[in-house]
Amino acid sequence: MKRLLGILLMVSLLYCGLMLSDENARSPSNQQTIANRLGFYGVLTVGVGILIIAGGIDLSIGSVVGLGAVAFALLLEKQVTPGLAAVIVLSGAALIGLIHGLLVTQLGLQPFLVTLCGLFIYRGLARWATPVSVGLDIRGAPPAFKERVEQTRQLMVGNTFGIPDQLLLLIGVSVLLGLFLHGTRYGRYLYAIGSNEDAARYAGIPTNRYKILAYVICSMLAGLGSILYILDNRTANATSAGSWLELYAITGAVLGGCSLRGGEGTVPGMFLGAAVLPLLRQMCSFGGISNELEYAVIGAALLLGTIADELLKRRGAR
Amino acid sequence: MTSSLPLLEVHTIRKHFPGVLALDGVSLHVESAEVLAIVGENGAGKSTLMKILAGIHVPDGGALLMDGQPVPADGVAGAMRRGVVLIHQELNLAENLSVAANLFLGRERVRGGWLGWLDQAAMNEEARGLLRRVGLDVSPTRLVGELPPGQRQLVEIARALSLSARLIIMDEPTSSLTQTETERLFEVIADLKRAGVAVVYISHRLAEVRRIADRVVVLRDGRNAGGLSRAEITHDAMVRLMVGRDLKQFYPRRHAPLPLPSPPRGGEGQGEGVRLEVRKVTFTGGPQQPISFQIRGGEIVGMAGLVGAGRTELAEALFGIRHVTGGQVLLDGVPVTLRHPQQAIAAGLLLVPEDRRRHGLVLADSVQHNLVLPNLERLSRLGWIVGRRETRLSHDLIERLHVKTASPTKAVGLLSGGNQQKVVLGKWLARQPRVLIFDEPTRGVDVGARSEIYALMDQLAGEGVAILMISSDLEEVLGMSDRVLVLHEGRLAGELPRAVLSEEAVMHLATGSERE
Repeated sequence: MKRLLGILLMVSLLYCGLMLSDENARSPSNQQTIANRLGFYGVLTVGVGILIIAGGIDLSIGSVVGLGAVAFALLLEKQVTPGLAAVIVLSGAALIGLIHGLLVTQLGLQPFLVTLCGLFIYRGLARWATPVSVGLDIRGAPPAFKERVEQTRQLMVGNTFGIPDQLLLLIGVSVLLGLFLHGTRYGRYLYAIGSNEDAARYAGIPTNRYKILAYVICSMLAGLGSILYILDNRTANATSAGSWLELYAITGAVLGGCSLRGGEGTVPGMFLGAAVLPLLRQMCSFGGISNELEYAVIGAALLLGTIADELLKRRGAR
Repeated sequence: MTSSLPLLEVHTIRKHFPGVLALDGVSLHVESAEVLAIVGENGAGKSTLMKILAGIHVPDGGALLMDGQPVPADGVAGAMRRGVVLIHQELNLAENLSVAANLFLGRERVRGGWLGWLDQAAMNEEARGLLRRVGLDVSPTRLVGELPPGQRQLVEIARALSLSARLIIMDEPTSSLTQTETERLFEVIADLKRAGVAVVYISHRLAEVRRIADRVVVLRDGRNAGGLSRAEITHDAMVRLMVGRDLKQFYPRRHAPLPLPSPPRGGEGQGEGVRLEVRKVTFTGGPQQPISFQIRGGEIVGMAGLVGAGRTELAEALFGIRHVTGGQVLLDGVPVTLRHPQQAIAAGLLLVPEDRRRHGLVLADSVQHNLVLPNLERLSRLGWIVGRRETRLSHDLIERLHVKTASPTKAVGLLSGGNQQKVVLGKWLARQPRVLIFDEPTRGVDVGARSEIYALMDQLAGEGVAILMISSDLEEVLGMSDRVLVLHEGRLAGELPRAVLSEEAVMHLATGSERE
């Protein structure tokens, strides 16, 4: 609870700081940008957050986003309907998560290594599938199909009652997974597995099954992220689409209260944690900080946040 | 030499840990060239005291004097400088380094000044001398990981010698040693004594203490419970001081009045009321020879044997943690498959594991969450946990077991060992157990909680539960069991009915001496 208040305070301060910094920062279009990014990052963050709670980690999220985005565009190029393409991409992502989970549980490989290999493999596959980049502007497609693609864009990355759909989607995902994690016994099992897998197994919980489930959830949300990515950007570069996103997602989850040791974290915390990076990025651009320095500022801000958190924790322990 | 001053004096030492007062004014002294044994039950404060002597913990109150001089709180390095060395219960050697590298860890002999070039030859030579002193005939270049536990112990002692130790503390040194290795260790201790080194010896094994101790100090609940001089050291005297009360009162077992069925070895005869039958079972990591036994409902069967005899492994196999490779397990005459704890639990065969901190509890989580963890299925509707049911169950269990906790939401890791063990047991009580396996049920459990746990075991047996109690604590085995199975090197070495139960009879079987 204290943790949640801390991240809420941090996000509020960042938001107020941003709003006060510049008139343009208060513009509706900037609010839109922030909300869209929050929705996009948030979907990935909640996914990896649940996996982290169960004691795992996924470094392949960015590559899954890249591969998924490329695959989605290529499917549309073949005039597969957007709905079917989405189903295919999500299924593929689920399969990736399943493979991760099986490798971790059945062969006993380390999650870090398994998903690190995934990071390379999926990126390589994406680059092999398309030379440079693919887009949604499909040459030679009948107008009806183009119309359909446009409708899908409106549905997924447009606005509903002035609220960006990506944010609404994140809210929906968060409510669903929040209920799952905090209300059902399955969620309770994930916490127990993350805190002490042996004790969970000795309590009769089929631990492997739930760990695999966590990997599948994480990868499927990365798959969902890939669809949002290509719809929002209209184009995906096989080399760069989605890169670094796993680190953004893990950072958000950790800021939101997930411990990398497992067994700790909440969905509302992850939601708020996911907001930190978009806010910081906007602050950089409105604060006149050069693009090149952006990463350094983000890194420094995160480090400060981590230090403050650790100091508060130590004071609390006394 | 000031022979009048003791080597080490401990004055009314106090040490407090979160939630438990580990030491409450303990005093003792150690002379040069003597073996002082410190005995006491689990949780009596022995290990804490040793860690204070070795500089790992700083006492909250009291004083330590060495050669009459106050000892500053300067940590392990300081204690080592003064010649006080602790040999840990879990050996502290780097397994992938050589014997010589371990002996000189942190004090490597170097050449070439600031280059810090390791002088392997000099270290190996010196190591050979040290190893000879402890009678260990291995090459200094061997990897420690390749040595059996007994030899590693000797390496630790050699390291202590290389520090020119004056006081060596041994914490349960024989717990993982074979009989011959133990004998070897006793010879080394005698040598140390002759060389003027003081040895503080902590052990549960009273027979060993009787053999090698010059003096005994007994601790109970973090206080001095008494001391015994060489002439006074007897088994009974030590137990009386350790337990501090009459043994009969301590073990409440109302023994099952039923006559003993003759175990049908290989026979098909299904004994009356047999709850658990283990028929020619083999399992991975277990012995080649299959194991068979029966337990009737209402019976408490003790399982004794030395550490490493395969008792925990058997319990794990029955609970579905280890893979059963052959034979059959029958519950109430019905064969059951036990491939995962889930199946064992569903069948009503439950385990209170040996290492509760690793296997029994999610330490960082609350008392309530731990208690309900294996019961969530019953507490939820469509997967959704019904908060009201959860609270009610945990409150009931806390009350029934007298778990001392400030609140059900307190982290279980903050409770005392006894209360933690009650939580582990409580997890199963809501499930109507048919067979309960206790693996070291009172390890690290304070005296008060122990008798409560015994009372609960007795009560459960009275309700018809078949209980298998694995224990290294012979007092407990003798006090609680209706009959005792003794394992020796994974083999069922024998079975002792209550009428012929004695510590000697158990140890005789456990050490495999009937074969000689």
